[in-house]
Amino acid sequence: MLLLRIASTHIRNRLRQTIVSTLGVALGVGFSVAMASLMEGSQRDFTATLIDAIPHVEILDEQRAPAQQPASAVYDAVAYHGLRPKEDLRGIRNPTEALASLRDWVNGAMAQRLSGQAVLRYAGQDIGMTLIGVEPRRELTVSKIGEDMREGAFEDLDTTSNGLVIGDKAAERLGAELGDTVTLTSANGVAKRFKIVGLFHSGITTSDEGLAYAPLKAVQILLEKPDVINSIAIHLNAIGDANEVAARAERQLGYKAVSWEEANEGLMEAFFVRNVIMYTVVGAILVVAGFGIFNIVSTIVHEKARDIAILKSLGFPEGDIQQIFVLEGLVIGILGALAGSALGFGLSSYLASVKFEFSQDVEMTHLPIYFSALHYAIACLLALFSSGIAGYIPARKAARLNPVDIIRGAT
Amino acid sequence: MTPAPDQLATAGRVLLEASNLTRILPAIVPVTLVQDVSFQVGEAEFVAITGPSGSGKSSLLYLLGLLDRPTSGEVRIDGLPTHALTSAEMAHLRLEKLGFVFQFHFLLPEFTALENVMNPMQRLGKRSPRAQLDHATELLAALGLADFLHRRPEQLSGGQRQRVAVARALANSPALILADEPTGSLDSASTEQVFESLQNIVKSERTTVVAVTHDLELADRMDRRIHLVDGRVDYDRLRQG
Repeated sequence: MLLLRIASTHIRNRLRQTIVSTLGVALGVGFSVAMASLMEGSQRDFTATLIDAIPHVEILDEQRAPAQQPASAVYDAVAYHGLRPKEDLRGIRNPTEALASLRDWVNGAMAQRLSGQAVLRYAGQDIGMTLIGVEPRRELTVSKIGEDMREGAFEDLDTTSNGLVIGDKAAERLGAELGDTVTLTSANGVAKRFKIVGLFHSGITTSDEGLAYAPLKAVQILLEKPDVINSIAIHLNAIGDANEVAARAERQLGYKAVSWEEANEGLMEAFFVRNVIMYTVVGAILVVAGFGIFNIVSTIVHEKARDIAILKSLGFPEGDIQQIFVLEGLVIGILGALAGSALGFGLSSYLASVKFEFSQDVEMTHLPIYFSALHYAIACLLALFSSGIAGYIPARKAARLNPVDIIRGAT
Repeated sequence: MTPAPDQLATAGRVLLEASNLTRILPAIVPVTLVQDVSFQVGEAEFVAITGPSGSGKSSLLYLLGLLDRPTSGEVRIDGLPTHALTSAEMAHLRLEKLGFVFQFHFLLPEFTALENVMNPMQRLGKRSPRAQLDHATELLAALGLADFLHRRPEQLSGGQRQRVAVARALANSPALILADEPTGSLDSASTEQVFESLQNIVKSERTTVVAVTHDLELADRMDRRIHLVDGRVDYDRLRQG
C-alpha cells in the first residue's frame, strides 16, 4: 500500500504526461476493442449467412477417391492405359436405408434431395435453373428457405404435386407471378409443366435468379431418375460436430460427406489470417502506447534518483524500488485500459447504431458489431503487459542505482 | 597522540564494530577511501567522526551503514557479521537497526512531515497503523514540531526539515543513528536545535549516535571523537573532562 502511494504521488506530480500516456493506452485499447468487435461481428454475420444457406453436412453421391476399375483390382502391379472406364449409375443407393441408419446417431435434422439442371420457359423466355427436388417439410428443417419466402408458402409443394418455388429475380425476369404455370425441360429433353406456388428472396442473386424447388417425385420423373437422390443434407443441433459427423457418415455409407467447414476451408483460413493481422495491429498499437509509459517512468526514475537513494538508505530493498516503478507503469496501464474499454464500448455502440440504406440487393442495414468480453479482456491484458514491461525496464534501472553515488552527488 | 584504533573498546554492549575496514574504489589508478580502520562503539555513545575534507569520513559512514561494501574487513552490527548478507538482508537490517540523517534532509517532497516519519514504520510493519501515527506524532512533538505535522518539506525551514529527518531516523527505534554532517547546511540556531535533539536521543533513548562532522566545536561536545586522516584513524579519544 505504501509503495502504491509513493507510485501514485510520482505520477500525480507529472499529471500532464500521465494523462498523455494514459490517453495513448486508452486509444490503443479503445480502437482495438472496436476493431475486434467489428471484425468478429462481420465474420460471424458472414459465417451465419453462409451456414444458413448451406447444410452443415452434405452427403454427396460420389466417392472421395475415384472408383477402382475392375482390371486394376485384379492385377495390382500392372498399369493399364486407354481402357474405357466402367459406366456407373450416379446417385445414392437405397436412400431410405441410408437415412434410417443415419437417424440412429445423428443429432439433427436430415433431408434428401435430387438436384439437376433444367431450363425454365415462360412466355417465350428461357432461364437455365438448378432444380432441387425436395420433401418440403423435411427441407424446411435443414435450410432457411422458409424464412426467405416472399409470396406463397414452401409447404404448398406438399399439396401441389407439380408445384414450383422459384426466386423472385427469376420470376421478375420471366414476368411470371404466383399461380402461373411454367415449363421445365431437363437435359434429356423431358418437359413437364409446373405451377408457381411460391417466390423466395435469399439476398444471394445467383440463388434468386437460378434456383428452383419442386417436390422430389416430380423432379425424379423430370430427370428420369426414379427413386434416386444425389444428396442428403444434414442440419446439426451442434454445429461444432460437423467434421466429426461428416467423417463418421462417410465411413458408414461410403459416400463423400462434406462438412460446412471443409466446404469453406479457404474462407476459414482467410478469417484466421485476418484475425492474426488484426491482433498484430492491435499489439503494435499497444506497443506504441507502451513507449509513452516507458518515457514517463524513465523520466520519473531520473527525477527521483535522490528519493530512490533515500528510500534505499532507509531500508527499502531493491525489490520495493522496482515495484514502485512497475506499479507506476501498471497504474497508467490500468487507467488507460479502463478508459479504453469505455471508449471501445462507446465506439462499438456508435458503429452498431450507424445504418446503411442500400437501394438494391444487399441486405446489410447496419454494421455487424459483436460485443464480447473476450475482446476487452485481450485488449486490456495486452495493455497491462505492455505497461508492465514499459515500467519494468526503468524500474530495474532504478533498483540498481547506488545510493552512495546519488547521496555524494547531492551533497 | 595516536592510540591503537581498538584501544577505546567499550566496556558495555558493543553495538557497532569495524574490523580492518578498507574501501578501495576500482579505477585505472585505484583510489583508497578508507584503509584498515578498526574501532568499537558501545550502546548510548555519542561519537564524532572528524577529519579534513577527503579524509574518508563519509565513506566510512556509508560502510558502517551498510550502504557500501568494504573491499576488505568487516562491519558487525549488534554482534551480527554483515559481510555475507544479501542486499535484501542488509536493507532489512538498515530498516530495523539503523537510522540515517544526512547533510540535506532528503525528505520525500510529496509527503507531509508526519507521513515522512511514518514511512519507515509502514515498511517495517511492526506497529499497527494507529500506533505508527501516535509514535510519529510523539517523535515530531518531542523535536518541537507538533505544529508542523501536516506540512510538506517545502513548507518547513531548514532546521525544521532536518529535525523531521531526525524523527524519521528514529521512527523504528533503531539502536544506532548514523549522521553525515547533520548540521552542515544549517545556521547556528538550527545547528544547536538539531545537535540537542541528537544529544537528547542518546541520553533518553540510549540510542548510539555516530556523526560525521567538520565542526570541531560540536565534535568536542560529543562523548568520543575518531579523527581520520587519509582514510586511516589518526586518533580515537574520549571527550576531555
